[in-house]
Amino acid sequence: MKTPDNWLTIAVTGLNAIDSPGPGIAVIRALREGLNRPVRIIGLSYETLEPGIYMHDVVDKTYQIPYPAAGTTALMNRLQYIHEKENLQLIIPNFDAELPQFIKLAQTLRSMGIATFLPAAEQFEARDKVNLYQFGQNNQLLVPRDKIIHTVAELQSCEDAFGYPLVVKGKFYDAVVAYTLEQAQKAFYKISAKWGLPIIVQEFITGTEINIAVLGDGTGRMISAIPMRKLYITDKGKAWSGITLEDESLLQLAQAFTDATKWKGGCELEIMRTAKNELYIMEINPRFPAWIYLTAAAGQNQPAALARMALGEEQPVYEGYEAGKIFVRYSWDHITDIKEFHQISGKGEL
Amino acid sequence: MYLRKNIATSESGFIFNPATGDSFSANPVAAEILLQLKQGTGATQIKEWLLESYEVEPLRLERDWDEFINQLKEANLLES
Repeated sequence: MKTPDNWLTIAVTGLNAIDSPGPGIAVIRALREGLNRPVRIIGLSYETLEPGIYMHDVVDKTYQIPYPAAGTTALMNRLQYIHEKENLQLIIPNFDAELPQFIKLAQTLRSMGIATFLPAAEQFEARDKVNLYQFGQNNQLLVPRDKIIHTVAELQSCEDAFGYPLVVKGKFYDAVVAYTLEQAQKAFYKISAKWGLPIIVQEFITGTEINIAVLGDGTGRMISAIPMRKLYITDKGKAWSGITLEDESLLQLAQAFTDATKWKGGCELEIMRTAKNELYIMEINPRFPAWIYLTAAAGQNQPAALARMALGEEQPVYEGYEAGKIFVRYSWDHITDIKEFHQISGKGEL
Repeated sequence: MYLRKNIATSESGFIFNPATGDSFSANPVAAEILLQLKQGTGATQIKEWLLESYEVEPLRLERDWDEFINQLKEANLLES
């Protein structure tokens, strides 16, 4: 679609604003508010009932794209088709599982005139759950001990090493705290059936859970870091409400991470603060979290800053933000028509 | 004994610790004590003010004071 010259056309994934939401809708909200110019948003969806597909005041047009399992060529072919129609200037992918393919395609997309702002493959791998403990060791960052296992029999050695409780985690998503061998075995089967192998078994650390949304420019410069504590958590462990914090030690940790990785793009550090005030990195998510709009509300619009950097524009380091800013998520029964469902199901675009 | 620097208090007795995200509600007397602690008033002066302002025995005041200060410590609101 032809848009006026001052418009930006940005494609965004993660339109699944469900109980365990993808970050797409929050990213779009921040982009629309923070870029000070008209934006045309192209949604990239995987499933036909991702709510963002039907939210036409948020997403201007949606195209279905193939699952990562279909391979890089299938994704590239689809993106070429979408680009011909929409003249994309930037793509912001928001799922862990799709990132490796977008990282692989970044150069090709660049040659087509489509910007991305993603970590390098090495950066992405270094913080992977499977490599996280070694990453912490290499960079003097506190990370819980873990074991990477491929068979249920290996759980016994985890019990010997960590005792109970321990945490059973999937490669991409899901984590279960297990208090007995039976619970650990059940979690192993359930998570491996959904996300495959290996399974990560992690030492259990007690404390207060804090999350930090971080944006790096790829040279070690931390453009923004906003710490948030969850105030209300769903049964899937997702934040339904959270509050921004002001704590220098959290910002120093985010800076240490950025220094160590030269992280490029958005990410989320999942932190556990123990009673002794130790800050453990529990997980590093390589993309914006679903609560990313809170960064914009607190005064540091990370998605807009990422977009500016991706487009080669100047982006100074953000200074200061508002502590005590709260988000309260809500659910809403969005009404649509069977015709729209038919269109996205049959034609793969809406 | 000082209230942590960044603790936010309001006249209505709402207390917010921006480092932890914790918030508390204080009754009017506690809110006034917190306000004075925040302004740097010493414990002795605050206790004198309480004795003048309220009908309370010094022994009872000391007991209540210790309990209140313990609550502030537990809530991580005092400078260590």
